[in-house]
Amino acid sequence: MPSGPNASGSLIDRFGGVYLLPLAMMIVALPLVGSFSSWATLTVAGLAMGMMIFMMASGLSLVFGLMDVLNFGHSAFITFGAFIAASVLAALAAWVQADSLVLNFLALSAAIGAAALFGLVAGWFFERVIVKPVYRDHLRQILVTMGALIIAEQLILVIWGGAPLSVPRPALLSGSIILGDVAVEVYRIFAFFLGLIVFVALYLMLNRTRVGLLIRAGVENREMVEALGFRIDRIFIAVFMAGSTLAAMGGAMWAGYQGLISPTLGGELLVLVFIVVIIGGLGSIEGSLLGALMVGLMGNYVAFIFPKLALASNMLLMLIILLWRPWGLKPAVGG
Amino acid sequence: MANTELVSEPVADPARTGRMIVYGIVALIGLALLFAPFLFQDVRSSQVAARICVFIVLVASFDLLIGYTGIVSFAHTMFFGLGAYGTAIALKNMGAGWDAILVGGGAGVLAAAVLAALIGVLSLRVKAIFFAMVTLAAASVMLVLASQLSGITNGEDGLIYQVPELFKPAMKLMTDADGKVLKIFGVAMNGKIAAYYFVFFFSAFLFWLLMRIVRSPLGTVLEAIRENEMRAEAIGYRVVAYRTTVFVIAAIIAACAGILWAVWLRYTGPDTTLSFSIMIDILLMVVIGGMGTMLGAVIGVVLMSMAQFYLKDLMEIASSATSGIPVVPHLLEPDRWLLWLGLLFILLVYFFPAGIAGTLMKKGTH
Repeated sequence: MPSGPNASGSLIDRFGGVYLLPLAMMIVALPLVGSFSSWATLTVAGLAMGMMIFMMASGLSLVFGLMDVLNFGHSAFITFGAFIAASVLAALAAWVQADSLVLNFLALSAAIGAAALFGLVAGWFFERVIVKPVYRDHLRQILVTMGALIIAEQLILVIWGGAPLSVPRPALLSGSIILGDVAVEVYRIFAFFLGLIVFVALYLMLNRTRVGLLIRAGVENREMVEALGFRIDRIFIAVFMAGSTLAAMGGAMWAGYQGLISPTLGGELLVLVFIVVIIGGLGSIEGSLLGALMVGLMGNYVAFIFPKLALASNMLLMLIILLWRPWGLKPAVGG
Repeated sequence: MANTELVSEPVADPARTGRMIVYGIVALIGLALLFAPFLFQDVRSSQVAARICVFIVLVASFDLLIGYTGIVSFAHTMFFGLGAYGTAIALKNMGAGWDAILVGGGAGVLAAAVLAALIGVLSLRVKAIFFAMVTLAAASVMLVLASQLSGITNGEDGLIYQVPELFKPAMKLMTDADGKVLKIFGVAMNGKIAAYYFVFFFSAFLFWLLMRIVRSPLGTVLEAIRENEMRAEAIGYRVVAYRTTVFVIAAIIAACAGILWAVWLRYTGPDTTLSFSIMIDILLMVVIGGMGTMLGAVIGVVLMSMAQFYLKDLMEIASSATSGIPVVPHLLEPDRWLLWLGLLFILLVYFFPAGIAGTLMKKGTH
């Protein structure tokens, strides 16, 4: 549970405010879990999971913030990304199993790259064909993107069949590092750092570049930016494509993390992604990161401490946060 | 709409003929359902007819949300499931009596109402767009709960139970001189007939109730909210209160439909009540029929049910006919019918957002 650092006001705000929440969760969880080594394992797993979910959620959040478009088909990118990565890894089985770091790395890059490329192209297609005709009409957006999701899920069944697919993990990333009495899976570290790189890149792009400035201004007030002569709709396509690319990459990472993927994976993750976006606040990547880390940590801790509660835990987290801050923790506008 | 009626009174009004067509179709469907046990005597058809009855109620109550109030909820199957599971658990544990249906169904309806009020107050207050996401999350949690709490719900396998004596096939409603089951037009007057008419009349009553609600002053306020939330608020209607009320009403009616479904099927499991594919069915039915028309629900349900049963047969033929070509047969497999329906759905939302009934009745698209 997030114990509320909201109560004691400004001192906590000065040290990071709501950003301390994941830290608070870790501290609260330590005595509840009991042993330090399991706590460390759970924390690393939670952070890695959170970073992967962040990759999937950030795009959705930005797309909504910028253009008020709610894309229920977002999970299709995740599922396709996962399955494409799995197929590429399976096709490059020789490289994956090879005892050479270079070949391992090449296979992995090819898998994630293929997923990202798919996300880029599919994102463009999706935005132009599916979403564009229904800008500014939430009801029809939800319906149309839902229809697209149905089609995408059926296409996955057509291409890969309904049976779960096992994902070969490169030798480079299997196994774990032993630090003291804590075993840390290499893949989790990799996932965490990849997510961190994505976050830093997004953060710098949004805060240090001209395009980023326009995106942030567009999230704040689209009409005003358009009135100043900027084509927000063009920026929007780019943001949409970036979002779908990140989702596909997140899906690819998730495939490697799980080891066994089924076509329902996207739908299951979509729920988590929505919870993250709602907790974090729409339109901000900081909020998405915060929400994703909390959801990841919460899921892992609760699954260990109260296994019965695991499935409802993130729902509860969302409930509490919505009661406390109806707009999410760190919304881009009005936060 | 009142205006167009007045203006176009003297000339032949296409909207009026359209309306007549819709009423005609609905009346025909109603009659067919009323005499379904006599018209279609095989087991599969009676199953389809009962499913149509229950789903008309379910879809119409969803239309109250999406069509009349502009609320998109993905939790409708959750309420449906609560009613069904309440009834099923009570029938399993208390024995096959009417008291079990009353207690279990009542508990299910109550749970649905409380949950709906909670979700409504919490997220309708925040931002309309959150609502779709929150309901989706809630529904998925409920689905997982139903399959995890196997002590109560028997997990994925679901519950099989007995229903009251009156609905059992062995029950003799009417007997002839020899003490055998009386047959009217070749239909045995046994418990199956009683069960069907229980479902039919209860569904008809619930549908009538929904029609009353949308024609009442409440219905008018709801349409005002859908058309322009700010103005409705400005004239003094408390939008959040109205939205929450409607959400609770729709939840209660969906739960009632769940009770009927549980009693008819004598089985309740995640696949028959809670699964996401049922939610998609409901969504497709309401959009195909026509959002915000109520009568559209009837047309949408019948069309979709027919498609589910007969489109698959058609695709089977098409699939085997194209077996020489590489990818095509896979796309035409009967299991892939949702693919084509999804495509149809998108085209419908683009080009005929008012659906069949709405287009015929020339209801303005909002």
